[in-house]
Amino acid sequence: MMLQAPVLIVVIPLMFTFVALIFGLWKKGLCYPIVLIALSLSFLATLQTLNIVITSGIIHYRLGNWNPPWGIEYVVDYLNAFVLPVISFVAIMVAIYSKKSVEKELSDKVVYFYCIFLLQVTGFLGITVTGDMFNLYVFLEIASLAGYALITMGEDGAPFASFNYLIFGTIGACFYLLGVGYLYAATGSLNMADLARLLPDLYGSKVILVGFSFFMVGLAIKMALFPLHVWLPDAYTYAPSSVSALLAPLMTKVGAYVLIRVIYTVFKPYFSIEILPAATILCWIAAAAIIFGAAMALAQTDLKRMLTYILVSEVGYLALGVGLGNRNGLTGAILHILNDAFMMLALFMVVGAIMYRHGGRRISELRYLHKKMPFTMAVFVVAALSVIGIPPTCGFFSKWYLILGAINAHGWIFVAVLLASSLLNAILFFRVIENIYLEPHDGDIVENHDMVAGAEESPLTMLVPILIAGAGILSLGVLSGKIISTIIQFAIPAGF
Amino acid sequence: MFDLIISKYNYWIYIILMMIGFYAMIGKKNLVKKIIGMNIFQTAIILFFISTASKKGGTLPIIMHGHGAHAVKAASYINPLPHVLMLTAIVVMVSTLGVALAIVIQIYRRYNTLEENEILRLNK
Repeated sequence: MMLQAPVLIVVIPLMFTFVALIFGLWKKGLCYPIVLIALSLSFLATLQTLNIVITSGIIHYRLGNWNPPWGIEYVVDYLNAFVLPVISFVAIMVAIYSKKSVEKELSDKVVYFYCIFLLQVTGFLGITVTGDMFNLYVFLEIASLAGYALITMGEDGAPFASFNYLIFGTIGACFYLLGVGYLYAATGSLNMADLARLLPDLYGSKVILVGFSFFMVGLAIKMALFPLHVWLPDAYTYAPSSVSALLAPLMTKVGAYVLIRVIYTVFKPYFSIEILPAATILCWIAAAAIIFGAAMALAQTDLKRMLTYILVSEVGYLALGVGLGNRNGLTGAILHILNDAFMMLALFMVVGAIMYRHGGRRISELRYLHKKMPFTMAVFVVAALSVIGIPPTCGFFSKWYLILGAINAHGWIFVAVLLASSLLNAILFFRVIENIYLEPHDGDIVENHDMVAGAEESPLTMLVPILIAGAGILSLGVLSGKIISTIIQFAIPAGF
Repeated sequence: MFDLIISKYNYWIYIILMMIGFYAMIGKKNLVKKIIGMNIFQTAIILFFISTASKKGGTLPIIMHGHGAHAVKAASYINPLPHVLMLTAIVVMVSTLGVALAIVIQIYRRYNTLEENEILRLNK
């Protein structure tokens, strides 16, 4: 059982999809506990895997006992052993959270929602665990297709937003597939470790360069890196609240993980940094993404839409950390995968809770919410401080490492961009917090002053995951030194 | 130059098909035309993969009469792996097509049109 942990991570949610469908069609209420059981088992498997990796090193799991270059292999090293529990944990939190909001928003589609939800998580986990380029494509498409379906279930504009996402996502996936094809044509292998061994002799070849470019563009679309992010704001704004709470923390982070894998594991760092200036280009694009995302967020009046633009800016942080190409930058990027997952989880869950209680989410409509939903708003403030980068929260630490990385790379402009984005985020969030917490200055009278404090707090199934995410943001900040010294310093790809 | 086009004509066709599909996905205003473009794009990729495997005078990758009677040389048979990859890719493409059509039905029910600019106008 212990040895099978890497494959169980993927197999459990996949198989439980069908279990949930069968039992769900029989009795609607059974879906929710089945999903929770599946995700908890999968989470245990990821923890077990992480434990094995820490105690005894990299795991190579051969599916069907076929030897690597021919068979599909799951490879778990420190990097994906670190990302896997993050994905599973976020998925469990969203699953717990989803109960009430799904009952309200999608009352007639509960069963299908939970089935596709599990498939979505399967896709994310599969992308992360696999050691085979083509297998990664298949999982990427499972995750994307499930994502299109989930987003379509949302409010009025959702189907059209989802269609645009589908067109963009398919272009991205096809470019990735073409990249796989070019590498296969040049090397005859699909296994990542095998490719990493075969490729260095062929670094001059044009086929490899074209394949690499296809990978970069395809992954940039999938992780919504500026200027290829155009599908993201619409899709995540109109999606049901639990869906945006699942996709926003995970899809972009998984994309960032694949980016690190492709440009620093499959290709050697000296190829991506020296032979092609890919890393430098990535840095400049990332800097543009950070500023553009924050600036666009300033222009929004809709809280959820504002958060989607902040997400675009956060993707910029991840790409910047990857592009800087030194130890500190990569530490920052890998730590930010964890931190940003928690921050986005908390923020999008809070928006969902606000919508559940109020129906609206315009920033100007949020006044007095701190009296009605004190705990939810407290978590919102914690997450906001973390996005800005205030010390006890986790956001500070990843930003710290990113800035150190930028200084090491002598990228003074990137240091300036990172600091400027903190300021922009501060303006962004204080505008929202001011609207929520402070009395309007022109003294317009509010009729319902007699409301009981906490009377409209979010329901318990929503509040618990929100509080856990908030506590997570604070405690991850305190623990970040330990996380870096036990896992992340080994997760940085060889060659740095 | 002419030789390059003739001898690698399948790759040129793949590129032309891909560009047609790409143009339709980005440039066309009708959602169904976009989907058709998506399909052409994906089919072009299938052609590319199959082209990388093809070989003049190649045979099946099956050992005839079995049990080591004939040593099979890699040079004499057609690589089956790209074909197998494309079987999987076709499955993915069909499911993408299915999801896309389902979404388009939803859009049509809501807006009663499939023209992108009209939908954008109605969305305001």
